[in-house]
Amino acid sequence: MELDPLILSRIQFAFVVSFHAIFPVFTIGLASYIAVLEGLAFKTRNPVWTKLSGFWTKVFAVVFGMGVVSGIVMSFQFGTNWSNFSQASANFLGPILSYEVITAFFLEAAFLGVLLFGRNKVPAGVHLFAAIMVATGTFISSFWILSANSWMQTPAGTELRDGVFHVVSWSEAIFNPSFPYRFMHMGLASFLTGSFVVAGVSAWYLLKGREVEANRKALSMCLWLLLFIAPAQLVVGDFHGLNTLEHQPAKVAAMEGNWETSSNVPLLLFAIPDQEAQTNHFEIGIPSLASMILTHEWDGVVPGLKDVPREEQPPVAIVFWSFRVMVGLGMLMILFAVTGLVLRAGGRYYKARWFLQGLRAMSIAPFFAVLTGWFVTEVGRAPWLVYGIMNQADSVTPSLTGGMALFTLIGYILVYAAVFSAGVYYLMRVLFVGLEGDEDDTDHEADRPARPLSAAHVPFEIESGKGSVNHAKPVNEGGQS
Amino acid sequence: MELFDLALIWAFIIGFGIIMYVLMDGFDLGVGILFPFAPSEEDRDTMMNSVAPVWDGNETWLVLGGAGLLAAFPMVYTIFLPALYIGVFLLLAGLIFRGVAFEFRFKARTSRYLWNWSFAGGSTVAAFAQGAVVGAYIQGFNTVDGVYVGGALDWLTPFTVLTGLGTLAGYALLGSTWLILKTEGRLQDWAYRVTTPLLFAVLAIFAIISVWTPFVDDMVRERWFDHIGIIWILPALTLLCAFQIWRSVRNRFEGMPFVATMGLFITTYLGLVVSRWPYMVPPNYTLWDAASAYESQLFLLLGLLFVIPIVLVYTAWTYWVFRGKVRAGEGYH
Ligand code: HDD
Ligand code: HEM
Ligand code: HEM
Repeated sequence: MELDPLILSRIQFAFVVSFHAIFPVFTIGLASYIAVLEGLAFKTRNPVWTKLSGFWTKVFAVVFGMGVVSGIVMSFQFGTNWSNFSQASANFLGPILSYEVITAFFLEAAFLGVLLFGRNKVPAGVHLFAAIMVATGTFISSFWILSANSWMQTPAGTELRDGVFHVVSWSEAIFNPSFPYRFMHMGLASFLTGSFVVAGVSAWYLLKGREVEANRKALSMCLWLLLFIAPAQLVVGDFHGLNTLEHQPAKVAAMEGNWETSSNVPLLLFAIPDQEAQTNHFEIGIPSLASMILTHEWDGVVPGLKDVPREEQPPVAIVFWSFRVMVGLGMLMILFAVTGLVLRAGGRYYKARWFLQGLRAMSIAPFFAVLTGWFVTEVGRAPWLVYGIMNQADSVTPSLTGGMALFTLIGYILVYAAVFSAGVYYLMRVLFVGLEGDEDDTDHEADRPARPLSAAHVPFEIESGKGSVNHAKPVNEGGQS
Repeated sequence: MELFDLALIWAFIIGFGIIMYVLMDGFDLGVGILFPFAPSEEDRDTMMNSVAPVWDGNETWLVLGGAGLLAAFPMVYTIFLPALYIGVFLLLAGLIFRGVAFEFRFKARTSRYLWNWSFAGGSTVAAFAQGAVVGAYIQGFNTVDGVYVGGALDWLTPFTVLTGLGTLAGYALLGSTWLILKTEGRLQDWAYRVTTPLLFAVLAIFAIISVWTPFVDDMVRERWFDHIGIIWILPALTLLCAFQIWRSVRNRFEGMPFVATMGLFITTYLGLVVSRWPYMVPPNYTLWDAASAYESQLFLLLGLLFVIPIVLVYTAWTYWVFRGKVRAGEGYH
């Protein structure tokens, strides 16, 4: 079989970017959470907030470190595998991606060190300020990167001259039509990720009876937040979809699994799209609901995939199913948020074991929702890279051979497997040691700024005697308060 | 309407970024290269601690360089990266392994030897790959209409292997003189001992490269032999720096070997720039051919002018905070 550099480059890009993406969404959410905790600690002087903030800052440090390492790879992917695309779009993407790096640079330089290592070295107000700046920085960083991505989805403000994009309006290009929706949706996704992870971990500690007072507070906070943001994500997602309908009808047709342009289109709950036969098998749907959602009229007309030539259709099954996973998880999140509210009566939300177990399981849900969301967005754009203007086949590096692409694809998989299993394993260790670990967590002189991971003082290996759960003093419910 | 030659300004910015990167990441990569040869495990702790506070900041210059090239000189970005495809992968893999070793080695006990290898191997691979990139730049690229058309391993020639080895030795020299500056006792003695042989290795390789280059390339030959003699001051200064290193090591000065090694790198770098100026993608494209649109260069320049001074101040501040000797046992627990 002939190795196709295009397919391999797509797989490689999808792999490295998916890997990278799971770290930033978590850090963005967590950074804001830490800033809130710091604010509460500053205002109320209650040591519980400081303790929580200290613990989650350690987790933040590990995740942030992995985000940086995987981000470095990203900034070279465009040139190695998509050089024609880079050359064509450099006038816009170059400055935008550079601004992302500059923001991260600036943030790391000035405030991250203070947040991670400065608790006992700077006044409390300065520490709070640093926490807020780090949170703001992660948002500015995502602002730029999402602007770049949105421009590829809905290009605006640029003009193609001799095969190269030239920027005619920076504001139109940066604030292109899909950007506001994507930025909001991604921002909420980050908050959902942060909340569900914190809620899940707190629930797990509560099940074990560890640090009950602090973890109960953390859980309560998360549940309040989720009550607002989980439904909000549904609303924003709906608007996002309407905007996509306007600019990328083929993508929406793939999301709905709709082949023929028609009215009264059902909302499919299950189907097996068959691209060969250009139809679906085993459809189960709710009549006319897709028309209602997308056009707000029961007999509204929804575009079908057959409107575009076959070679311009995205891979339908991936888009269709990814979309269902994302929305399904979104619904589940709303369900958990509402259940949390119901269980508030009598404080059952921190006692009901089934609920805590459920939250524990939900802590990985946002990561799946984020990845499948990106699959919808990115795969649904195929075969275009810059929608309607430049396709993937014209974008790939001309000198790239299948062998080279396969070599690096396997290489990246091996490197990431080694490095990130160590990282995730270590993160688990930090979680195991938990909030109690704080006590022997003295600030050593050799802790240095610019070194995210060293903020966590947990040994790499499991040792008997130190840090394992058996040795954590189990705290009975209410025992601490 | 175009008031300034922005392409020229950007060439200076990128050039400055490159030499900043080479000097700063150079010594911490060098410490990694020397790592397996250190006298003891305790000395390895000290070595790592001597660069731990700063390596992360040092590496950010590389990321900035990558994004900056895409923004200001997209042709360089889109020719170098495809041409050096395999090399770039090795470089990134090396940097990743090295980066995480910093974090995990201090937390590891029984698996520590793995992180030792990860640190040393990653540093060595990354340094060699960087040297090979320089060699490939001198060699030039096979392009048609601004697109790379050569093969996957065109960059790997005896010449680039030599420049790779030269960089390896050069970074090791930066590393050993850094250790002279930052450590004391047995480790410092060891650093003094390895510096002189490393210096001779560097000089030998640089000499071969200097003699070889004019033969591989007509333009370089003309530049050095038919033109202004003033540029010969650069190799003279390089030799002077080398002599300084040798002399100061003999006299057991502590700061001078490192400073003189940096001087050696700067003069060599300028010599390279002089050989190729104003070509960014030899043999066909100058910096003006490779530039992006005026408005794009301007848009980014505004932000950069604001950020670079802050970054420089912060960098200086970090080095100031962590000045002085690094002692054994002072570190992570
Ligand atoms: C919505 C968020 C988001 C998305 C979609 C991406 N990134 Fe990212 N990236 C971040 C959010 C982020 C961040 C939260 O801002 C990070 C994490 C750690 C950091 O320093 O900033 C980051 C780090 C980070 C770094 C390291 C910066 C440093 O070392 O200081 C680079 C080079 C990139 N990213 C590049 C990319 C590229 C080329 C992407 C596109 C495919 C990308 N990121 C997607
Ligand atoms: C961070 C979250 C992101 C994820 C998880 C993600 C995921 C993906 C996936 C799965 C593909 C493969 C589509 C296919 O091959 O059919 C893809 C393609 C692509 N994406 Fe994204 N993406 C993300 C962000 C971005 C951003 C921010 C950009 C640009 C600035 C970008 C640029 C591209 C490019 C150039 C491709 C083309 C390669 C290809 O089609 O495979 N992506 N992405
Ligand atoms: C609850 C109902 C939800 C709806 C109706 C919805 C809708 C959408 C739509 C229509 C898109 C594709 C936009 C496009 O490419 O044109 C999208 C993308 C995406 N979704 Fe959702 N979504 C929902 C829930 C979620 C949840 C819970 C998460 C994560 C926690 C999430 C994360 C994402 C991400 C990361 C993307 C890709 C980036 C983007 O294009 O914004 N979504 N969503």
